[in-house]
Amino acid sequence: MAELVQLLFAGLTTGAVYALVALGFTLIFQASEVVNFAQGEFVMLGGMVTVFAFKAGLPLPLAAALAIAVAVTTGLLLHRLAIEPAKGATVVTLIIVTIGASILIRGIAQIVFDKQFHALPAFTGDEPFRLLGAAILPQSLWVLAGAAAIVFGLWLFMERTLLGKAVQATAANRLAAELVGIDTRLVLALAFAVSAAIGAVGGILVTPITLTSYAVGTILALKGFAAAMLGGIGNPVGAVVGGLVLGLLEAFAAGWISSTYKDGVAFLVILLVLLAMPQGLLGRRAVERV
Amino acid sequence: MNRRRLVFGVASAALLATGPTFAAEPIKIGSFLSVTGPASFLGDPEKRTLELYVERINAAGGVLGRKIELVIYDDGGDANNARTFATRLVESDKVVAVVGGTTTATSLAAIPVLEDAQIPFISLAGGIEIVEPVKPFTFKTPHTDKMACEKIFEDVKKRGFSKVGMISSTAGFGASMRNQCLKVAPERGIQIVADERYAPGDTDTTPQLNKIKGSGAEVIVNADFGQGPAIVTRNVRQLGLEIPLYQSHGVASKSFIDLAGPAAEGVRLPAAAMLVAEQLPDDDPQKKVVLDYKITYESTQKQPVSTFGGHAYDGLMLLVRAIEKAGSTDGVKVRDALRATKGFVGTGGVVNMSPTDHMGLDLSAFRMLEIRNGTWKLLY
Repeated sequence: MAELVQLLFAGLTTGAVYALVALGFTLIFQASEVVNFAQGEFVMLGGMVTVFAFKAGLPLPLAAALAIAVAVTTGLLLHRLAIEPAKGATVVTLIIVTIGASILIRGIAQIVFDKQFHALPAFTGDEPFRLLGAAILPQSLWVLAGAAAIVFGLWLFMERTLLGKAVQATAANRLAAELVGIDTRLVLALAFAVSAAIGAVGGILVTPITLTSYAVGTILALKGFAAAMLGGIGNPVGAVVGGLVLGLLEAFAAGWISSTYKDGVAFLVILLVLLAMPQGLLGRRAVERV
Repeated sequence: MNRRRLVFGVASAALLATGPTFAAEPIKIGSFLSVTGPASFLGDPEKRTLELYVERINAAGGVLGRKIELVIYDDGGDANNARTFATRLVESDKVVAVVGGTTTATSLAAIPVLEDAQIPFISLAGGIEIVEPVKPFTFKTPHTDKMACEKIFEDVKKRGFSKVGMISSTAGFGASMRNQCLKVAPERGIQIVADERYAPGDTDTTPQLNKIKGSGAEVIVNADFGQGPAIVTRNVRQLGLEIPLYQSHGVASKSFIDLAGPAAEGVRLPAAAMLVAEQLPDDDPQKKVVLDYKITYESTQKQPVSTFGGHAYDGLMLLVRAIEKAGSTDGVKVRDALRATKGFVGTGGVVNMSPTDHMGLDLSAFRMLEIRNGTWKLLY
């Protein structure tokens, strides 16, 4: 029982981060069909800016707010300077643009910050508490609660605000949205800003557990993308489910099967799922109208 | 450029004026190092050390009455570049020996070229493959992963334990050290009861440690460097595992203690004497060499000393000593002198080479340290 709970929390905590990255992918994909591979860099910026601002003497909440602001600015700049000018280019071209942007952001971070790993103090102490025999870090609860709050907030925004409806309309049919007077450019910029903010919050929440460096974004983008595909890209609920499932798969594969092949096991399951359900667990079947 | 040319001009004029002291051709020593790229934290101090000490040797009169001319190339950590530069050192620069090769990969790539040309090569990389099997002209200065395993297992036995749970990274250094540890464990009377892995970039190792917990392990050994060991150390404390934790020499830098925080208390690791230079007893043969190097490096370079620069120091000094002993720069003669090195005290340990041992270090090269009160404590 203790082992089960231990693995469950390990998987959920890791999975929550994947879910947040996948959510960022989903938002931008919905608004533009672009897969933004710079998504992992937002997570990195969230962690790194907080670390350095905190070291410079800022209180933690202020450092975190600054980090989110930096990430959002970066997201908006990415949209304005790289995606917007390439308007009309094919989706593949735009995806390559985002890969280039991620390399650039990483390079700048390496110069502005450094190449070392950094840690943040846990928000409410390092002392693990016992739950059914398993030792759990309080920070894990922060990550889970933070991720849940983000998902809920995003749902409220999408379903209960006019702007959220505009995003949904753009996702459903861009041309029709433009025809009814929605500024789709603004919607896309908004998608980048919100994705960046979500990524940054994720980075801030996990850094006390996972540590951070200029290079952590790459692997997160990869795992987050896998999670988004597993859940069904374009579906926010799917992104969260995909992320959590991927995290749990990794933890249980490491704990019960073989830690050497845990990533292999996780990706094998993803492959099998996608073979059986190409649209992902919760994705809508894509219908091309000719 | 102009200014450099001017300086060069003045220098040559001065040379002409001083007459026959340095009339002989300089001795060309080549090097290829990973000064930039992912291994730059190794290559940069190595380059600084070589330049610093060549300057000092020349100021003191050179070797065999000749000055040393250093030719350094930056391979950026790329094995293909390393091979190209090795070829260039042999064919166009016509160096008499090479001290370099920051990583095991770059060293291995250059070995065939240098062996073919019969040029003595002192590698600065850790991999045991460099000198095992012995190649006629290839030597190395740093200790190996295998020695780290042996040192750890020696300490484990001393504390009366024999069941070890291994946890290592699946990449590079971690993978290589794991293999060496598994290989030497039976010889040392150690039983590996768990062998867990994690991928580079993994942020949680509690599932793996949970398995080790259930395996009956009496100690945990973690083979990796970078952020992995810090996460493993934190996770061990999180799970409340009360058994001793060993890290490798890969974490022998202050940043590990900072990252792992209070969880690092009580962690043991094998490391080079450099890390605890001041704590060495006065009768320790290495104390003077290590302290001298540390003071010289830190006062001129304005940055903290690392063991990696020390490997370059050892390589250069071994070579200079061999050239002097051989009384010649002939490749075969220098090689023979290198091979006959006995009792050379370097920053990495006391070196005794032989035709079958082109590294010449024994376990005394590693010290056993424990982290106490946020700093290293020399145990023995």
